[in-house]
Amino acid sequence: MSLPLREISYRPLNFGRWLIWGFTALLFLLLPAYFSKGFTLTLLSQMGIMVIFALSYNMLLGQSGMLSFGHAVYSGLGAFFAMHALQRIAAGTLAWPVSLLPLIGGAAGAFFGIVFGYLTTRRAGTPFAMITLGIGEMVFAASLMFPGFFGGEGGLTADRTAGSPFLGIPGITFGPQVQVYYLIAAWCFVCMIAMFALTQTPLGRIANAVRDNPERAEFVGYNTQRVRWLMLILSSFFAGIAGGLTAINFEIVSAENVHAVRSGGVLLAAFIGGVAFFFGPILGAIVFVFFAVALSEYTKAWQLYLGVFFVLLVMYAPGGLSSLLLMNLRVMKFRKFARLKDPYVGVLIATAALALGAVLMIELTYHVTLNVGQGPEVRVFGFPFDTSRSPGWVFATALLAAAAAAFEYYRQRFKREWDAVQVEIEDWIRDNP
Amino acid sequence: MIESTISQMLYGVSYGLLLFMLAAGLTLIFSMMGVLNFAHASFYMLGAYIAYQISAWAGFWPALVLAPLALFAIGALVERWGLRRVHKWGHVPELLFTFGLSYIIVELVQVIWGRPAVPYRVPAELDGPVDWLQRFDITFPEYRMFMMAVAIAMLVAIWLLLTRTRIGLVIQAALTHPQQVEALGHNVPRVFMLVFGGGSALAGLAGVVGGNAFVTEPAMAGTVGAIVFVVIVVGGMGSLAGAFIAALLIGLLESFGKVSDWSLAQMLSTLGMAVGPATPGYEVLTLTLAQVAPVLPYLVLVLILIVRPKGLLGTRED
Repeated sequence: MSLPLREISYRPLNFGRWLIWGFTALLFLLLPAYFSKGFTLTLLSQMGIMVIFALSYNMLLGQSGMLSFGHAVYSGLGAFFAMHALQRIAAGTLAWPVSLLPLIGGAAGAFFGIVFGYLTTRRAGTPFAMITLGIGEMVFAASLMFPGFFGGEGGLTADRTAGSPFLGIPGITFGPQVQVYYLIAAWCFVCMIAMFALTQTPLGRIANAVRDNPERAEFVGYNTQRVRWLMLILSSFFAGIAGGLTAINFEIVSAENVHAVRSGGVLLAAFIGGVAFFFGPILGAIVFVFFAVALSEYTKAWQLYLGVFFVLLVMYAPGGLSSLLLMNLRVMKFRKFARLKDPYVGVLIATAALALGAVLMIELTYHVTLNVGQGPEVRVFGFPFDTSRSPGWVFATALLAAAAAAFEYYRQRFKREWDAVQVEIEDWIRDNP
Repeated sequence: MIESTISQMLYGVSYGLLLFMLAAGLTLIFSMMGVLNFAHASFYMLGAYIAYQISAWAGFWPALVLAPLALFAIGALVERWGLRRVHKWGHVPELLFTFGLSYIIVELVQVIWGRPAVPYRVPAELDGPVDWLQRFDITFPEYRMFMMAVAIAMLVAIWLLLTRTRIGLVIQAALTHPQQVEALGHNVPRVFMLVFGGGSALAGLAGVVGGNAFVTEPAMAGTVGAIVFVVIVVGGMGSLAGAFIAALLIGLLESFGKVSDWSLAQMLSTLGMAVGPATPGYEVLTLTLAQVAPVLPYLVLVLILIVRPKGLLGTRED
C-alpha cells in the first residue's frame, strides 16, 4: 500500500502571496490618481525603472553573491540597442511595437551578458568585483570611441510616439508621461513576478548554494562558474529591459548610461534596500531615486548625503532598510514593541536634530565654496542664513553638538533595551521550536 | 627616432612607477586584511590636495613629508573607527564601506577646494628638463625623474621594512597566520591599523608626487582608480612583484599607445590588402592606437583573464 510520492504533494493556495501581488498591482494602477503632477509622475516612472534595475542587480549580489561594479554596462547597452530600434521604427524600416521595445533592450543585455559574463564569471569574490569594474570602464571608453553607434558626447535621440498606437487604440501613443508611466508600471510588475519566480526555480536555489558555499556546491556536482554565468545572463536580460524603458522614458541615450556612476548607483540602491530579501532592492530603488532625483532638485550636496547615509547603513545595519523593517516587525509580532517606544522616541528626535544640524552645516559650507558669486545669503529649509556672519554658524555648531550629546545618551539606552528584547526573542524561538 | 623612443619609455616607466606606488599600498592592504580598499584612489587624491594646501603655505618639501603623514593618520582613523566595526559583517560590507567612503571623500574635497582643478605646481627647483639627458637630445622633465626616484626609494624602503625589521616580520606572519601571531602576544588589530595607515600613506605619497605631474582635480580619483585595479588583477591579487611588473607594463602601454598613429587598416594595407570605406568594420579598422589607448589597459585585463586567470604572478584563486 504505497502511494507514489509525487501524487501526495500538498500545495495550499498561498493567500499571502496573492494578496501582496494583488496589492502591488493595485498600487501601480492607482498611484497616478494621487500623484498626477508632472514632477511626481516622472519620479514614479524613474522609480519603476530603477526597481527593475535594482532587482536585476540583486540577482547577482543578493542571490548569487557576485558584487558587480559594472552592471550599467548591460542596462546601458540595452538602452542603446533599444534606441537604435526606436530610430528604425520612426524611420519606418522596422515594424515593432514601441511597447515591446524593452524586449530588444533585454535581448541586447542578455547577449552582452553572454559575452562579458563568460569572462567575468571565471572568477568569484573580490576579483569578480574588480573585473566587472574594468569591463565597465572599457565599455565606457569604447562608447566614446565609436560615435557612429553610440552617438558620441551628445548621445542618440528618437521620438517615442513614432510607432503605431498601442493595440491599435488611437490616443495611446506614449506621448503623455502618464501613458509612459503605465507602460513602465506594466513592465515593472511583470519583471518583478518573473524575477521572484526565478528565485523559486532550481537555478535560483543553486545560485544561493553557490553564494553560500561554492566548494560544497561544486562537490555536489554543479559547475559554479556555469551557475554564475547563467545568473549573470538572466540578470543582464532584466537590466536590458530597464535600459529599454530608460530609452523610451527619456528619449535620449548617451555614454552616461554605461558609466561607472550608474553602476555604483544601482549597487547603492540594492544595498540600501537590503540584499537579503527579495523586496529589499524595491525599497532601495525608491529611496535612491528619491535622493538622486528629488533631493538633487533642492541641494547640490545630495551625493554627500547619499554617501553618508550609505556608509551609516553599512556600519550599523548591513542588512539594509528591509532588515530594519523586518526586525521591528518581529519585535511587534512578539508584542515587545511597547518597551522600545520611549527609547525610540528619544533616539528619533535626537537623530532628527542631529541631521538638521549636519544639513545646516553642510549647506552653509557648500554655499561658501560653490556659490561664491551668489552672495552670502542662503536659505535652508526656508530660513535665511547669512554665511558671512557668525550667528548661523554658531547656531549650526551648537545644534550639532547638543544633538550629538543627546543622541549618544539615547543611543545607549536604546541599544540596551533593543539588545535585551532581541535576546529574549531569540531565546523564545530556541526554546519553542 | 631613438631619442623620442627613449623619452617615451622614460615617460612610461615613470607613470608605471607611480601606478606601482598606488598598487603597492592596495596590495599590502588586500593581502593582509582581505579588504579591497575602494577608497585607495581617493586617498591618492586627498594626498594631492593636502600637499597642494601645505605647499601653498610652506612649500613643496614640507608637503612631501607631511601629506603622507596626514594620510597615515586618516587611514589609521578610518580603520580604527570604520573598518574594524564593519569587519564582523564580512568582506562585502568592508568593501562597500570603502566604496561609500570614496563617495564622501570626493564630495568633501569639492566642498573644501571647489570643483575646478587647483593650481598645484611642480616646485621651481625641479621645473625643467634633465640636463644630462638633454646632451643626448632626449627631453625629459626633471620632475618625472624625481618621481621615479621617490618611487624606487619607497620600493626599497618597503622591502627593507618587510624583510629586515621586527615589525615587518610580524606583518608578514600576520599575513598568513593571524591567529598564531595573536597567540604569540602581538596585537593583530593594531598591526592591521598600522598596515592600513601605511598603505594610505603610500597612496598619499603617490598623490603628492603625482598630483602636480598630472592634474589635481576631483575627478583624479576616478581616472586612476580603475587602472590601479587593473594593475593588481593583472599582476595577480596579493603579489607585490606581480603588481610591479603589471604597473610598468601598463605605464609603457599608455605612453607608447598615446603617440602611435598605427591602425589595423594600416597594417592590412602594408600586407597588401585593399582597405576602404566599403570594407566591413571600417570604423574599427581605422582607429589609431592613440584613439584606443584608453581601453588598452582593460584589453590587457581581458587577455590575462582568458590566458591566465590568476594573474601574472598570482597564486590565489580568489
